[in-house]
Amino acid sequence: MAERNGMVEKRGAGLWLTHLGLIIGVLFIFFPIWLAFVASTVTQQDISQPPMPLMPGDKFLENYARALTSGVNAPVAAMLVNSLIMALGIALGKIVISLLSAFAIVYFRFPLRKLFFWLIFLTLMLPVEVRIVPTYEVIANFKMLNSYQGLILPLVASATATFLFRQFFMTVPDELAEAARVDGAKPMRFFIDILLPMSRTNIAALFVILFIYGWNQYLWPLLITTDPGMNTIVMGIKQMFPSGDDLADWPVIMATSILAMVPPVLVVVGMQRLFVRGLVESEK
Amino acid sequence: MEKRVTFKGIWLPILLVLPQLVITVVFFFYPAGQAIWQSLFIPDPFGLSMQWVGLGNFEYLFSDPYYRASFVTTAVFSILVTVVSMGVALYLAVLADRLIKGSGVYRTLLIWPYAVAPAVAGVLWLFMFNTRVGVVAWYLGLLGYDWNHVLNEGEAMGLVVVASAWGRISYNFLFFLAGLQAIPKSVIEAAAIDGAHFWTRFRTIVFPLLSPTTFFLLVVNIIYAFFETFGVIHTITSGGPQQATTILVYKVFSDGFVGQDLGSSAAQSVVLLFLVSILTVVQFKFIERRVHY
Repeated sequence: MAERNGMVEKRGAGLWLTHLGLIIGVLFIFFPIWLAFVASTVTQQDISQPPMPLMPGDKFLENYARALTSGVNAPVAAMLVNSLIMALGIALGKIVISLLSAFAIVYFRFPLRKLFFWLIFLTLMLPVEVRIVPTYEVIANFKMLNSYQGLILPLVASATATFLFRQFFMTVPDELAEAARVDGAKPMRFFIDILLPMSRTNIAALFVILFIYGWNQYLWPLLITTDPGMNTIVMGIKQMFPSGDDLADWPVIMATSILAMVPPVLVVVGMQRLFVRGLVESEK
Repeated sequence: MEKRVTFKGIWLPILLVLPQLVITVVFFFYPAGQAIWQSLFIPDPFGLSMQWVGLGNFEYLFSDPYYRASFVTTAVFSILVTVVSMGVALYLAVLADRLIKGSGVYRTLLIWPYAVAPAVAGVLWLFMFNTRVGVVAWYLGLLGYDWNHVLNEGEAMGLVVVASAWGRISYNFLFFLAGLQAIPKSVIEAAAIDGAHFWTRFRTIVFPLLSPTTFFLLVVNIIYAFFETFGVIHTITSGGPQQATTILVYKVFSDGFVGQDLGSSAAQSVVLLFLVSILTVVQFKFIERRVHY
């Protein structure tokens, strides 16, 4: 970009070119989603004879109602509920067990403390993708296939969240624990009355990240939910495609895709500040 | 780092770490141990007994041309996803950083695809390039280009790369923008006064100062491409055509669950385990550096 005067601030043509570049980027990001939205508001006829229209049609209510109440294999409303339970279970579960173990590791001296710490640390190296077959066998032995416990438990241990809380607890002034001890407060009183309220923002930021992580899981639900009624919405979309040469029911599939992204997108946009914070913190 | 003030008690803290410990042992260490153990056996055809083969599964694995091809596929795929998503994100972040007003609006508009699941991104891109109804495929046809990712290996790879990179741009954009905004404006102004043009400033000052962010993102994106893109590949190509898009994680799944070849799948899990360990160590090294920077 030409900058004859060497100024850092942009004016005139340079400013417009900057905006233009960004707008092209935004359009590139939006285009696939716009097309999906359009497809979810038109008839199968409109799509099966390409090119499909680029402006929304009038079948919005019809398509979404059909997806939610009947879907292809199972009503999408049920899948939304499954996804919600799984995402909340994973996010809250990770937060609770991480808070407890971080509290123990930071505020107590007990035998094997270092060992526990390293065991938790090592889970970073064991994403579910690496141990799918044996983890599946464990869940099958516990008779947890097609169950919420089976969807949630194997994904609940989190080294990242434990580290984040440990890091944060280390910055809490010692005087607070000292004062609590002098007052004769039990450790759990201190944890509930002082530590938890202080961790509010961290918990919220982490919740945003973990909710999206749980909602967007694909491989694990694909393996353990063979009953369409237990499918989560993100993995259920692929199951809606016909196996043979038949034409897919695109309006319903696209309505389902839009429904699958609405909750996590709302969380990200609505809690943008917490989201950015959570992202940066949890990667530290 | 240790706390000076601690509470007394042994059973309470053990009780507190217990939930995490139990889940970690039952769902992480036991299965990982099983994978390592199973990788040393082959089950008989009826699944009744296991026969010890030592490192036989690994020898077999690495002599399998499909497995070796899967390594190459994974490398090509990861490099492309990382380069495309980081390149686009850096470009957009540099532009947004130039704005005095309005960069917040663009940030809001650009970050939310982070929330779109890889599997959903896969369906969106599949829809655009579907050989029967896809709009982009149709317009390409008008231009005389016959798009068919179901048969053409290069096109299949291109499609899964773009779909995987697309959702990742938001994440990289956020970190690049934060990195750029942390560079003191005075440094850049000083260079501008010395007559350095935009591209010179970027090459000699901005990009080097951004390198901790870039290193960090490189590692994180490679991990993403390795492990989190399963949904994209499963929805768009199912590893095909001719295994052209079968990355390592996809192969563990297809050999273990579709092909029921447990010995080989377990050996592949162990290889992956080894790869994640390396990546995790590298990630920690870079993050250390990032914190001290």
